[in-house]
Amino acid sequence: MLEIAIGIILGCCALGAGSAMIAGIGPGIGEGNAVAKACEAIGRQPESKGDVTTTMLMGCAIAETTGLYALVIAILLIFVAPQRFIDILINTIK
Amino acid sequence: MREKSRRFIAVDIFYILMMALPILFSIFLKVVMTPVKEGIVISGALIFMEVPMPVQNLLITEAQVNSLMVMISILFLCLYMTHGIKNGSWLKRHTIAEILVEKTQSMTTGNMGEYFKGFAPFIAAILALSAFSSLMSLFGLYPPTSDVNIVGGWAILVFVLITHYKMKCGIVQYAKSFANPVLMAPLNIISEVATPVSMAFRHYGNVLSGSVIGVLLATGLGGLSNMIFGALPGFLGDFPFLRVGIPAILSIYFDVFSGLLQAYIFAMLTMLYVSGGFPLELYEQRKLKKRARAKI
Repeated sequence: MLEIAIGIILGCCALGAGSAMIAGIGPGIGEGNAVAKACEAIGRQPESKGDVTTTMLMGCAIAETTGLYALVIAILLIFVAPQRFIDILINTIK
Repeated sequence: MREKSRRFIAVDIFYILMMALPILFSIFLKVVMTPVKEGIVISGALIFMEVPMPVQNLLITEAQVNSLMVMISILFLCLYMTHGIKNGSWLKRHTIAEILVEKTQSMTTGNMGEYFKGFAPFIAAILALSAFSSLMSLFGLYPPTSDVNIVGGWAILVFVLITHYKMKCGIVQYAKSFANPVLMAPLNIISEVATPVSMAFRHYGNVLSGSVIGVLLATGLGGLSNMIFGALPGFLGDFPFLRVGIPAILSIYFDVFSGLLQAYIFAMLTMLYVSGGFPLELYEQRKLKKRARAKI
Protein backbone atom coordinates (compact mmCIF):
# COMPACT_ATOMS: atom_id res chain seq x y z
CA MET A 1 0.00 0.00 0.00
CA LEU A 2 2.81 2.40 0.95
CA GLU A 3 4.56 1.72 -2.36
CA ILE A 4 1.45 2.72 -4.30
CA ALA A 5 1.11 5.92 -2.25
CA ILE A 6 4.75 6.84 -2.83
CA GLY A 7 4.36 6.07 -6.51
CA ILE A 8 1.35 8.37 -6.73
CA ILE A 9 3.34 11.14 -4.99
CA LEU A 10 6.29 10.80 -7.37
CA GLY A 11 4.09 10.64 -10.46
CA CYS A 12 2.02 13.64 -9.45
CA CYS A 13 5.14 15.67 -8.69
CA ALA A 14 6.47 14.90 -12.17
CA LEU A 15 3.11 15.75 -13.77
CA GLY A 16 2.93 19.00 -11.84
CA ALA A 17 6.45 19.96 -12.86
CA GLY A 18 5.67 19.25 -16.49
CA SER A 19 2.43 21.20 -16.51
CA ALA A 20 4.05 24.09 -14.62
CA MET A 21 6.41 24.56 -17.54
CA ILE A 22 3.45 25.33 -19.85
CA ALA A 23 4.12 28.86 -18.59
CA GLY A 24 7.14 28.83 -20.90
CA ILE A 25 4.79 29.65 -23.78
CA GLY A 26 4.16 33.18 -22.51
CA PRO A 27 7.75 34.45 -22.32
CA GLY A 28 8.47 32.75 -25.64
CA ILE A 29 5.77 34.69 -27.45
CA GLY A 30 6.61 37.91 -25.58
CA GLU A 31 10.32 37.76 -26.26
CA GLY A 32 9.69 36.87 -29.88
CA ASN A 33 7.56 39.99 -30.24
CA ALA A 34 10.23 42.12 -28.55
CA VAL A 35 12.99 40.83 -30.82
CA ALA A 36 10.85 41.26 -33.93
CA LYS A 37 10.15 44.88 -33.04
CA ALA A 38 13.83 45.45 -32.26
CA CYS A 39 14.78 44.06 -35.69
CA GLU A 40 12.28 46.43 -37.31
CA ALA A 41 13.68 49.35 -35.36
CA ILE A 42 17.26 48.50 -36.34
CA GLY A 43 16.16 48.18 -39.97
CA ARG A 44 14.60 51.63 -39.82
CA GLN A 45 17.42 53.30 -37.91
CA PRO A 46 20.66 51.28 -38.23
CA GLU A 47 22.63 53.95 -36.37
CA SER A 48 20.75 53.28 -33.10
CA LYS A 49 21.64 49.58 -33.06
CA GLY A 50 23.53 49.68 -29.74
CA ASP A 51 20.76 51.36 -27.76
CA VAL A 52 18.05 49.16 -29.26
CA THR A 53 19.98 45.96 -28.51
CA THR A 54 20.65 46.96 -24.90
CA THR A 55 17.04 47.89 -24.28
CA MET A 56 15.81 44.71 -25.97
CA LEU A 57 18.04 42.47 -23.83
CA MET A 58 16.83 44.28 -20.73
CA GLY A 59 13.17 43.86 -21.71
CA CYS A 60 13.69 40.23 -22.65
CA ALA A 61 15.21 39.50 -19.27
CA ILE A 62 12.27 41.08 -17.50
CA ALA A 63 9.74 39.27 -19.69
CA GLU A 64 11.51 36.04 -18.82
CA THR A 65 10.58 36.39 -15.14
CA THR A 66 7.24 34.57 -15.34
CA GLY A 67 8.88 31.67 -17.13
CA LEU A 68 11.54 31.54 -14.45
CA TYR A 69 8.91 31.43 -11.71
CA ALA A 70 7.48 28.35 -13.43
CA LEU A 71 10.97 26.90 -13.71
CA VAL A 72 11.65 27.43 -10.00
CA ILE A 73 8.36 25.71 -9.16
CA ALA A 74 9.18 22.81 -11.49
CA ILE A 75 12.67 22.40 -9.99
CA LEU A 76 11.24 22.47 -6.46
CA LEU A 77 8.61 19.89 -7.45
CA ILE A 78 11.23 17.55 -8.87
CA PHE A 79 14.11 17.88 -6.41
CA VAL A 80 12.57 19.00 -3.12
CA ALA A 81 8.86 18.21 -2.93
CA PRO A 82 8.82 14.36 -3.26
CA GLN A 83 11.03 13.86 -0.20
CA ARG A 84 8.95 16.31 1.85
CA PHE A 85 5.66 14.69 0.83
CA ILE A 86 6.95 11.17 1.51
CA ASP A 87 8.18 12.29 4.95
CA ILE A 88 4.76 13.78 5.72
CA LEU A 89 3.04 10.57 4.57
CA ILE A 90 5.26 8.32 6.68
CA ASN A 91 4.85 10.59 9.71
CA THR A 92 1.04 10.51 9.41
CA ILE A 93 1.03 6.71 9.14
CA LYS A 94 3.10 6.46 12.32
CA MET B 1 58.76 54.17 -19.95
CA ARG B 2 59.97 53.96 -16.39
CA GLU B 3 61.43 50.84 -14.84
CA LYS B 4 59.44 49.01 -12.17
CA SER B 5 61.33 48.76 -8.91
CA ARG B 6 61.88 45.35 -7.37
CA ARG B 7 59.55 46.14 -4.46
CA PHE B 8 56.77 47.12 -6.90
CA ILE B 9 57.06 43.79 -8.69
CA ALA B 10 57.06 41.87 -5.40
CA VAL B 11 53.82 43.57 -4.30
CA ASP B 12 52.33 42.86 -7.73
CA ILE B 13 53.15 39.17 -7.40
CA PHE B 14 51.62 39.14 -3.91
CA TYR B 15 48.38 40.64 -5.26
CA ILE B 16 48.19 38.14 -8.12
CA LEU B 17 48.79 35.28 -5.69
CA MET B 18 46.04 36.57 -3.41
CA MET B 19 43.72 36.72 -6.42
CA ALA B 20 44.37 33.11 -7.35
CA LEU B 21 44.61 31.57 -3.88
CA PRO B 22 40.92 31.92 -2.87
CA ILE B 23 39.83 30.18 -6.09
CA LEU B 24 42.37 27.40 -5.53
CA PHE B 25 41.19 27.12 -1.95
CA SER B 26 37.58 26.66 -3.11
CA ILE B 27 38.66 24.03 -5.63
CA PHE B 28 40.60 22.25 -2.88
CA LEU B 29 37.59 22.34 -0.55
CA LYS B 30 35.35 21.04 -3.33
CA VAL B 31 37.72 18.16 -4.13
CA VAL B 32 38.12 17.21 -0.48
CA MET B 33 34.49 17.52 0.58
CA THR B 34 32.66 16.02 -2.42
CA PRO B 35 31.29 12.61 -1.46
CA VAL B 36 32.02 9.65 -3.74
CA LYS B 37 29.05 8.91 -5.97
CA GLU B 38 28.18 7.09 -9.15
CA GLY B 39 27.30 8.97 -12.32
CA ILE B 40 26.02 12.52 -12.64
CA VAL B 41 23.55 13.87 -10.09
CA ILE B 42 21.91 17.26 -9.76
CA SER B 43 22.16 18.48 -6.19
CA GLY B 44 22.33 21.73 -4.28
CA ALA B 45 25.44 23.23 -2.76
CA LEU B 46 27.67 21.00 -0.64
CA ILE B 47 27.25 21.50 3.10
CA PHE B 48 30.65 21.95 4.74
CA MET B 49 29.56 22.19 8.38
CA GLU B 50 26.67 22.95 10.67
CA VAL B 51 26.82 25.58 13.38
CA PRO B 52 24.26 25.00 16.15
CA MET B 53 21.93 27.97 16.60
CA PRO B 54 18.89 28.45 18.86
CA VAL B 55 16.17 28.38 16.18
CA GLN B 56 17.72 26.38 13.36
CA ASN B 57 21.16 25.02 12.63
CA LEU B 58 23.24 27.42 10.55
CA LEU B 59 24.57 25.63 7.48
CA ILE B 60 27.92 26.72 6.07
CA THR B 61 27.55 25.75 2.42
CA GLU B 62 29.75 25.83 -0.62
CA ALA B 63 27.83 28.82 -1.98
CA GLN B 64 28.63 31.02 1.01
CA VAL B 65 32.30 30.04 1.08
CA ASN B 66 32.60 30.59 -2.68
CA SER B 67 30.98 34.01 -2.51
CA LEU B 68 33.38 35.07 0.26
CA MET B 69 36.30 33.81 -1.84
CA VAL B 70 35.03 35.80 -4.83
CA MET B 71 34.91 38.91 -2.66
CA ILE B 72 38.53 38.43 -1.53
CA SER B 73 39.57 37.81 -5.12
CA ILE B 74 37.83 40.96 -6.37
CA LEU B 75 39.37 43.02 -3.56
CA PHE B 76 42.87 42.02 -4.60
CA LEU B 77 42.01 42.44 -8.28
CA CYS B 78 41.06 46.05 -7.52
CA LEU B 79 44.25 46.57 -5.49
CA TYR B 80 46.28 45.09 -8.33
CA MET B 81 44.65 47.28 -10.97
CA THR B 82 45.16 50.48 -8.99
CA HIS B 83 48.61 49.67 -7.57
CA GLY B 84 50.82 52.73 -7.79
CA ILE B 85 48.20 54.77 -9.67
CA LYS B 86 48.81 58.51 -9.91
CA ASN B 87 48.40 61.38 -12.30
CA GLY B 88 50.04 60.47 -15.60
CA SER B 89 50.34 56.74 -14.95
CA TRP B 90 52.33 54.63 -17.34
CA LEU B 91 50.78 51.18 -16.88
CA LYS B 92 48.08 49.64 -19.07
CA ARG B 93 46.02 48.37 -16.14
CA HIS B 94 45.69 51.90 -14.74
CA THR B 95 44.10 52.94 -17.99
CA ILE B 96 41.72 49.97 -17.83
CA ALA B 97 40.79 50.84 -14.24
CA GLU B 98 40.13 54.46 -15.21
CA ILE B 99 37.94 53.38 -18.13
CA LEU B 100 35.94 51.06 -15.86
CA VAL B 101 35.40 53.76 -13.25
CA GLU B 102 34.38 56.33 -15.85
CA LYS B 103 31.97 53.89 -17.52
CA THR B 104 30.23 53.04 -14.24
CA GLN B 105 30.02 56.70 -13.27
CA SER B 106 28.52 57.72 -16.58
CA MET B 107 26.10 54.76 -16.46
CA THR B 108 25.00 55.66 -12.93
CA THR B 109 24.49 59.35 -13.61
CA GLY B 110 22.78 58.55 -16.91
CA ASN B 111 20.28 56.16 -15.37
CA MET B 112 19.79 57.63 -11.90
CA GLY B 113 20.41 61.35 -12.30
CA GLU B 114 22.91 63.71 -10.70
CA TYR B 115 21.53 63.26 -7.18
CA PHE B 116 22.63 59.60 -7.03
CA LYS B 117 26.20 60.24 -8.22
CA GLY B 118 27.58 58.55 -5.12
CA PHE B 119 25.97 55.25 -6.08
CA ALA B 120 28.61 54.40 -8.67
CA PRO B 121 30.86 52.32 -6.33
CA PHE B 122 27.88 50.33 -5.06
CA ILE B 123 26.65 49.58 -8.59
CA ALA B 124 30.16 48.60 -9.67
CA ALA B 125 30.47 46.32 -6.63
CA ILE B 126 27.17 44.57 -7.42
CA LEU B 127 28.14 44.18 -11.07
CA ALA B 128 31.56 42.74 -10.30
CA LEU B 129 30.34 40.44 -7.53
CA SER B 130 27.50 39.05 -9.59
CA ALA B 131 29.52 38.64 -12.77
CA PHE B 132 32.49 36.96 -11.10
CA SER B 133 30.21 34.75 -9.00
CA SER B 134 28.49 33.47 -12.13
CA LEU B 135 31.85 32.93 -13.83
CA MET B 136 32.98 30.69 -10.94
CA SER B 137 31.30 27.79 -12.77
CA LEU B 138 34.05 27.98 -15.39
CA PHE B 139 36.42 26.60 -12.73
CA GLY B 140 34.05 23.70 -12.08
CA LEU B 141 32.88 25.27 -8.82
CA TYR B 142 29.34 25.79 -7.62
CA PRO B 143 28.41 29.34 -8.72
CA PRO B 144 27.12 31.22 -5.65
CA THR B 145 24.48 32.96 -7.78
CA SER B 146 22.68 29.66 -8.38
CA ASP B 147 21.84 29.54 -4.67
CA VAL B 148 18.73 31.54 -3.80
CA ASN B 149 20.11 32.44 -0.36
CA ILE B 150 23.00 34.47 -1.77
CA VAL B 151 21.00 36.34 -4.38
CA GLY B 152 18.15 36.77 -1.92
CA GLY B 153 20.54 38.55 0.41
CA TRP B 154 21.51 41.00 -2.32
CA ALA B 155 17.85 41.54 -3.21
CA ILE B 156 17.00 42.30 0.43
CA LEU B 157 19.87 44.81 0.53
CA VAL B 158 18.45 46.51 -2.56
CA PHE B 159 14.97 46.46 -1.03
CA VAL B 160 16.27 48.21 2.10
CA LEU B 161 17.86 50.87 -0.12
CA ILE B 162 14.65 51.37 -2.09
CA THR B 163 12.61 51.73 1.11
CA HIS B 164 15.17 54.10 2.61
CA TYR B 165 15.00 56.43 -0.37
CA LYS B 166 11.20 56.24 -0.47
CA MET B 167 11.07 57.22 3.20
CA LYS B 168 13.31 60.27 2.71
CA CYS B 169 10.25 62.52 2.56
CA GLY B 170 8.83 61.19 5.81
CA ILE B 171 6.85 58.09 6.72
CA VAL B 172 3.48 59.76 6.05
CA GLN B 173 4.47 60.44 2.45
CA TYR B 174 5.71 56.85 2.15
CA ALA B 175 2.37 55.47 3.36
CA LYS B 176 0.50 57.86 1.07
CA SER B 177 2.35 56.58 -1.98
CA PHE B 178 0.69 53.17 -1.50
CA ALA B 179 -2.88 54.44 -1.14
CA ASN B 180 -3.19 56.02 -4.55
CA PRO B 181 -6.09 55.22 -5.21
CA VAL B 182 -7.08 53.95 -1.79
CA LEU B 183 -8.68 50.72 -3.00
CA MET B 184 -5.44 49.64 -4.67
CA ALA B 185 -3.46 49.70 -1.40
CA PRO B 186 -3.26 45.89 -0.86
CA LEU B 187 -2.17 45.30 -4.44
CA ASN B 188 0.47 48.03 -4.16
CA ILE B 189 1.85 46.49 -0.98
CA ILE B 190 2.02 43.06 -2.66
CA SER B 191 3.82 44.49 -5.67
CA GLU B 192 6.25 46.26 -3.32
CA VAL B 193 7.09 42.96 -1.63
CA ALA B 194 7.29 41.19 -4.99
CA THR B 195 10.17 43.42 -6.11
CA PRO B 196 12.99 41.70 -4.16
CA VAL B 197 11.44 38.27 -4.71
CA SER B 198 11.35 38.71 -8.47
CA MET B 199 14.88 40.16 -8.51
CA ALA B 200 16.26 37.19 -6.57
CA PHE B 201 14.33 34.57 -8.57
CA ARG B 202 15.26 36.11 -11.92
CA HIS B 203 18.97 36.01 -11.22
CA TYR B 204 19.08 32.64 -9.51
CA GLY B 205 16.64 30.96 -11.91
CA ASN B 206 18.68 31.94 -14.95
CA VAL B 207 21.97 30.65 -13.57
CA LEU B 208 20.45 27.50 -12.07
CA SER B 209 18.52 26.62 -15.23
CA GLY B 210 21.76 26.89 -17.19
CA SER B 211 23.59 24.45 -14.93
CA VAL B 212 20.62 22.03 -14.85
CA ILE B 213 20.37 22.01 -18.65
CA GLY B 214 24.14 21.50 -18.89
CA VAL B 215 24.01 18.47 -16.57
CA LEU B 216 20.99 16.99 -18.43
CA LEU B 217 22.77 17.40 -21.78
CA ALA B 218 25.96 15.81 -20.44
CA THR B 219 23.99 12.84 -19.11
CA GLY B 220 22.07 12.43 -22.37
CA LEU B 221 25.24 12.61 -24.47
CA GLY B 222 26.89 10.05 -22.21
CA GLY B 223 24.00 7.63 -22.84
CA LEU B 224 24.05 8.34 -26.57
CA SER B 225 27.77 7.72 -26.94
CA ASN B 226 27.37 4.54 -24.91
CA MET B 227 24.72 3.44 -27.43
CA ILE B 228 26.85 4.29 -30.49
CA PHE B 229 30.35 3.33 -29.35
CA GLY B 230 29.33 0.70 -26.79
CA ALA B 231 30.28 -2.17 -29.11
CA LEU B 232 33.94 -1.10 -29.23
CA PRO B 233 36.27 -3.26 -27.12
CA GLY B 234 37.66 -2.32 -23.72
CA PHE B 235 38.34 1.26 -22.74
CA LEU B 236 37.01 2.69 -26.02
CA GLY B 237 33.56 1.25 -25.31
CA ASP B 238 33.30 2.86 -21.88
CA PHE B 239 34.65 6.28 -22.75
CA PRO B 240 31.87 8.88 -23.43
CA PHE B 241 33.27 10.46 -26.61
CA LEU B 242 30.27 12.71 -27.28
CA ARG B 243 30.55 14.26 -23.84
CA VAL B 244 33.87 15.85 -24.82
CA GLY B 245 33.47 19.43 -25.97
CA ILE B 246 29.82 19.49 -26.99
CA PRO B 247 28.40 20.64 -23.61
CA ALA B 248 31.03 23.40 -23.62
CA ILE B 249 29.32 25.07 -26.57
CA LEU B 250 26.13 25.36 -24.56
CA SER B 251 28.13 26.50 -21.57
CA ILE B 252 29.33 29.57 -23.51
CA TYR B 253 25.75 30.79 -23.60
CA PHE B 254 24.51 29.58 -20.22
CA ASP B 255 27.56 30.23 -18.06
CA VAL B 256 29.28 33.21 -19.67
CA PHE B 257 26.67 35.18 -21.62
CA SER B 258 23.69 34.53 -19.36
CA GLY B 259 25.70 35.17 -16.19
CA LEU B 260 27.09 38.49 -17.43
CA LEU B 261 23.69 39.56 -18.76
CA GLN B 262 22.03 38.79 -15.43
CA ALA B 263 24.70 40.78 -13.59
CA TYR B 264 24.01 43.76 -15.87
CA ILE B 265 20.25 43.40 -15.42
CA PHE B 266 20.51 43.13 -11.63
CA ALA B 267 22.58 46.32 -11.50
CA MET B 268 20.27 48.07 -13.97
CA LEU B 269 17.14 47.15 -12.01
CA THR B 270 18.79 48.30 -8.78
CA MET B 271 19.44 51.69 -10.36
CA LEU B 272 15.95 51.98 -11.83
CA TYR B 273 14.12 50.94 -8.66
CA VAL B 274 16.17 53.11 -6.31
CA SER B 275 15.98 56.22 -8.45
CA GLY B 276 12.39 55.54 -9.53
CA GLY B 277 11.04 55.26 -5.99
CA PHE B 278 12.67 58.48 -4.81
CA PRO B 279 10.42 61.57 -5.14
CA LEU B 280 13.17 64.05 -5.98
CA GLU B 281 11.01 67.13 -6.57
CA LEU B 282 9.10 66.71 -3.34
CA TYR B 283 12.35 66.19 -1.44
CA GLU B 284 13.85 69.39 -2.81
CA GLN B 285 10.69 71.35 -2.01
CA ARG B 286 10.81 70.08 1.55
CA LYS B 287 14.47 71.00 1.80
CA LEU B 288 13.77 74.54 0.61
CA LYS B 289 10.90 74.90 3.09
CA LYS B 290 13.09 73.67 5.94
CA ARG B 291 15.82 76.13 5.02
CA ALA B 292 13.34 78.99 4.89
CA ARG B 293 11.97 78.01 8.29
CA ALA B 294 15.47 77.86 9.75
CA LYS B 295 16.23 81.39 8.50
CA ILE B 296 13.13 82.83 10.20
